[in-house]
Order: sequence, then structure tokens, then C-alpha cells
Amino acid sequence: MNKLKILNIMSNPAEAVASEAASDGIAMQPYPVTRIRNTSGSAWTNWVELYRYRDLFQYLVRREIKVRYAQSAIGVGWAVLQPLFTMLVFTVIFGRLAKLSSDGAAYALFSFAGLVPWMFFSNAVTDGVNGLISGASMMSKVYFPRMLMPLSANAARMIDFVVASVVMSGLMLWYGVAPNWGLLALPWILAVMALCTSGVTLWLATFAIQFRDVKHALGFIVQILMYAAPVVYPASLVPDAYQRFYAINPMVGVIEGIRAGCLGTRAMPWDFLLIGTISAIALFGTGVTYFNSKQRVFADLA
Amino acid sequence: MNKTTAIAVNEISKAYRIFRRDALPDTLIGMMTSIARSPIRNIRYLRSLSRNIADSNELTSDQFWALRDVSFDIPTGEVVGVIGRNGAGKSTLLKILSRITEPTSGEAVIRGRISSLLEVGTGFHPELTGRENVYMNGTILGMTKREIDKKFDQIVDFAGVDRFLDTPIKRYSSGMQVRLAFSVAAHLDPEILIIDEVLAVGDAEFQKRCIGKMQEVAGGGRTVLFVSHNMSAIGQLCTSGILLSEGRVTASGKLDDVVQSYMDDLFETESAVGDHSTRVSVQTSIDGDAHQRMWKYGTSLAVRVDVETVEPVAGPAVDVYFNSSAGRMIFAQSDRFVKSPGSDANRWSFEFQFQNNGFVADYMTIDIGFRYSSSTRYLGLWRGVRAVSLGEVPEGYSHGRECPIAVPCAVQLMESAA
Repeated sequence: MNKLKILNIMSNPAEAVASEAASDGIAMQPYPVTRIRNTSGSAWTNWVELYRYRDLFQYLVRREIKVRYAQSAIGVGWAVLQPLFTMLVFTVIFGRLAKLSSDGAAYALFSFAGLVPWMFFSNAVTDGVNGLISGASMMSKVYFPRMLMPLSANAARMIDFVVASVVMSGLMLWYGVAPNWGLLALPWILAVMALCTSGVTLWLATFAIQFRDVKHALGFIVQILMYAAPVVYPASLVPDAYQRFYAINPMVGVIEGIRAGCLGTRAMPWDFLLIGTISAIALFGTGVTYFNSKQRVFADLA
Repeated sequence: MNKTTAIAVNEISKAYRIFRRDALPDTLIGMMTSIARSPIRNIRYLRSLSRNIADSNELTSDQFWALRDVSFDIPTGEVVGVIGRNGAGKSTLLKILSRITEPTSGEAVIRGRISSLLEVGTGFHPELTGRENVYMNGTILGMTKREIDKKFDQIVDFAGVDRFLDTPIKRYSSGMQVRLAFSVAAHLDPEILIIDEVLAVGDAEFQKRCIGKMQEVAGGGRTVLFVSHNMSAIGQLCTSGILLSEGRVTASGKLDDVVQSYMDDLFETESAVGDHSTRVSVQTSIDGDAHQRMWKYGTSLAVRVDVETVEPVAGPAVDVYFNSSAGRMIFAQSDRFVKSPGSDANRWSFEFQFQNNGFVADYMTIDIGFRYSSSTRYLGLWRGVRAVSLGEVPEGYSHGRECPIAVPCAVQLMESAA
């Protein structure tokens, strides 16, 4: 139409096309070409671009960790205290008072084995969602793959998970419990845990950008979800008929798998893990898709 | 073929939804039902925000076009100033080009690595040290760790904070923070750079270094898109310009021409102002050219004021005020007819001549006051009737300060009876 050209008058469209074709050729094309258009909610993920921004991911994770424990007296010690005190409370209330079954293990050890992955999940989801909301001002100033924000907040909680795992090993030594071969499934278990965590984070974060209600409801949602996973009680308490259904929650397989490998309270729950893997992949896949379909409006909403 | 197109923008439009406030209920029952219904209304509203406007073809009244069919091409290596009034769509354009937000329709093709500086210090965290923030900010702006490693010393040097590298930046002075932030940004090495008003940082000395750095960047064969209200900064950096007005491109091409259209656009007020009893018409010309709006160093500006009153006035006077873009009065000049009994007229012409001997400001607006020469009370005072842009800053003046220098003034008077 009334295309205004600056200094570079290429009024002949054929010429314009020709020059474009020439510069698109391999030899003439030193620069990457970015096309900006309305993607209309396309859910396509640019994994190449995500990889290109890996350094940013690394620094976001570092910043998250450093800032979290900056100016706190015991620093990363909080990663020890938080599950430890929760474990003590649970042991008194659910172990001593309610006398919940712990599949034969010491209740303290039993609940701690559940708390380590659970605390990772709940803290990572909370941080991921809040991180995206509080990073909104950043998103309206500069472009980078938005998915890095919630995912880096998730990843930063791995440090707490590692610290809590060390405490777990200490507790096992104290109680004289040795892990078994089932622990070799740990990489699989951790992968399910990570996929499930980031899937849930992406879903909730995308909601939260649109509806700030999620921010207020988040603590409550995470609390409720805890009772949908075998944190304070063993999966064996769930009636057999519902076990498969129960295992759709990927954290069921994760927690029971860790208990089986570390404490030997039960046989490795392969069926739970399999169901959990499928639903974790589904959660992550749909989470990524949903996030991507909405991320282009984040800057306008935030 | 070195004059390829770096940025090709093709009919880009962007629509935003305007927040519409529902009428407040004025009865208690009305208020209660409105509270009860509000969650549903809120959900509908919040959902509509994240829906794509392009999806729904109908254009409702609560939509507003920030950009409408904007098209232009920028050749590689061009330094382009984007100018326009507030709300003309400059920032939206930059946000689209830097991929922060998507256009509602249209397409832009960008050849080369692009970095945008819509703000300095994005991602800076007060708890992190200077060193950590350099890496944080640099990677956010799209650099890799390797690239930052290579430039680290330069960045720190330019900011002048080397002694405090391992101190959390919350202990920095705000000036130091800004210097560090600008320094990271200035050492980005993209083929295309988008800059939005980041010049206004630091003290005068640092600003000068910023401009110098920008000129270096601009001179290095890079394509730069620069948005600013600061005409003299644009004049120093850019060779061509794009003028946006109400979301459309209204002028583009050589910078001087675009700036001139901007000046016309900025004060397109009628040249004749006034009320029922007094009409004033003002014409300006620079070195005899009535269309020129750039009052450059060394040129002279003529302001001709024609006044017509209904009632004959004895001994009228006209005051001409020059105000800086910041609204401060820089200088004024007045002239009057000495009352000559019996020759009351109702039409007068005043012509003032001003020489620019070194005003440093981006543009000036002109106010005209009309009064009896014996009184200080105005019969009429018209603000911003004309504007002139001052172009480049002569050597030896620091940026951003006005230096009024003696203005030789020649006044010519004409008088005619009704």
C-alpha cells in the first residue's frame, strides 16, 4: 500500500524479491532472520532458542538461589530446617497421636522420605508461579524466552532438594537403614518429579498471569494437594480398587518409589511409576503448550 | 550488496483494549447484585484480555489502535530516529520490533541479531554484586557468558566501578547503578540496536560519554533505531527519521525534513489565534524561509505578529516569549507603538528578528502577549503558537542546558487604520 521507504528506494517489487532471495542464499546470509508476526496462540516451542539462552537460565538459577538466602543468618540451612521441623510435627501428630501406618519403617524416616520430594514440589511450584508474576516488569522491557522464568525458579529449588537428601542419608545412618537396589531407579524417579513439577508450574503460572486469584489461592492449593500424595500416610492405605487411579498423581510414584528404594518398606512400585510417568509427560506437554499459547500476551497483561 | 534491508516492517497494526469501567450502581440492592455478579464479570473481562484481538474480527468500541498499518524499510547501517508526540505509538513499535509484544496484524522481518534497550538495568538485583549483575543483565540482553567474559573489563572500565565489583549493588549510589547498567547495554554487540530514551542517565559528564558511545555504536555500521523526545540527541545521532502520529507513519526520510514535520505536527495550532475582540496571526521564517523549522546556530529567525482588534487601540505592545521544551522561559522581547494621539488603529504588524548565537535546547515554543504599552495586563496571551527546533548543539556547550546569548533584535513596525 503506502509503503514508505527510507533512502533505499526499491520501487520495483521484482527487484526487492530478487535482493531478498540473494541475501537469503547461504553465502549472502550472515545474519539470522527474525520474523515478527501475530502467531495467534501458536503453541510451538522454539527449543533451539531456549538452548541459545542457556547462559541466562544458569544466571537466573544462580540469582534465585543467591537472593533467596541473601542476608539470612543460616542461609541454606533453611533447606534443612524446613523439612526437619515439618517431619517432627508430622511424627508427633500423625505418627504418635493419629498412629498412622508407616509400612513398618520409623515414622520419622517414613515421613521425611515423603517430605523431601514433596517440599521440592511445593516450593518449586510456588516459586515458579510467583517468579513469573514478579518478573512481569522484566518481561515488558526485554525479550527472552519467557519459559526460562518459571523453569529457572523450579531448578533453583534443586539445591534444597540436594541438601535435604543429604539430611535424609544422615537420618538413614542414624536409624541404621540401608538403601536397596531399587534406588537405581532414582534417575527415573527424579525425571518424573521434575516433569510433574514444571508441568504444574507452567499451568498455574499461565493462569496466574491472567487471574491474580491464583497467587492468593496457591498456598492453599499446594496444601490440599499434599493430601493427594502419600506424604503423611502410606499408599497402602488407599483401597486396592483406587490404587491405579491414585497413581495418576505423578508424585505418588515418586514418593513411594523413594521410600521403596531407601527404606525398603515396599516393593518398587513400577506400576505407579509407569502411570505417573505418562501423566507427568502429559502435564508437562500440555503445560508447555498452554504456556506458549498465552506467553505472547504476557507483556500486555502484566 | 551492502545496502540490504535490516528491518522491513509491513503494515503492522497493534490494537489494545482499553479498560472500561462499568457504571457504578447507586442503590444498595444494585450494589449487592453487582458485587454478587462481579466474579463472573471479572472472569469474562480477564479472559477477554488474553484472547487475541485478531481472532475476533469485530472491532469493539473498547479497542484502541496503538499502531495502524505501519510500513517502512530500514537499510543496514542506517541510524534512524523515531519521533512523535506522547502516545503516537513509538514505544509500541519498539516493543513489537524487540519481540516483547506481538502485533495484531502485519509482519516485520529483521535481519541480524537484535538487542533492545527499552530500559537500562533490566534484571538487576540489589542483593547481587556488581559482577553478578553484569552477567545477569548481559545474558538477559541476549549475550552469552563468553561474550561477557570478553568485554567484562571494558564494561567495568566504562562504568568506573572497578573497586566495588564484589559489593552488592544495593550499596552502590544510584548513579553508580545506572552507570553500570548503561555500560552493560553499551557493550552489546548486535547488528541491530533499538534504544528508547536511555540517554537521560547519570550526570552531565557521564551523559556526554553516553552520547559519545552511542555515536561510536552508530558509526560502527550498525543499524540503530532510536526513540527520543530529545531533538538534539536525535540530531546528533541520526541520519534519517520516522515520524509517527496517532499510530501511523506520517513522514519518513531525511532527518531534517522529518523533524520539520514533527514541529508542524507538534504545534499545528492555527496560525491565527485570539478571541472575539482580538485576533493575532503569527508567522515565522528562518533565513527568509517560512517553511523552515530548524533554527540552527548562526541563522536568524523572524517572527511576524499581526494583530487586529475590533476596537481601535492606542499604543499597543507585543511581547514575544521563548520557552524551552521543559517549559522554562529562556528569553523575551517586547515592542510597542508609542501612542500618537489621533492615529488610533486596529491593525498592527510587529516584526522581530532573532539571531541564534548558541542556544542549546532541543526545541523552543513561542508565546505571544498583546497589551497596551502603558499596562502590564494582557489583552490576550497565546501560548505555544509556534515552535522551532534548534538542531545541533554547537561545540563547547554541554548537552541539555540552555545558554541564552545576546540576541540582536531588529523590530519593524507597521500600523494601519481600520
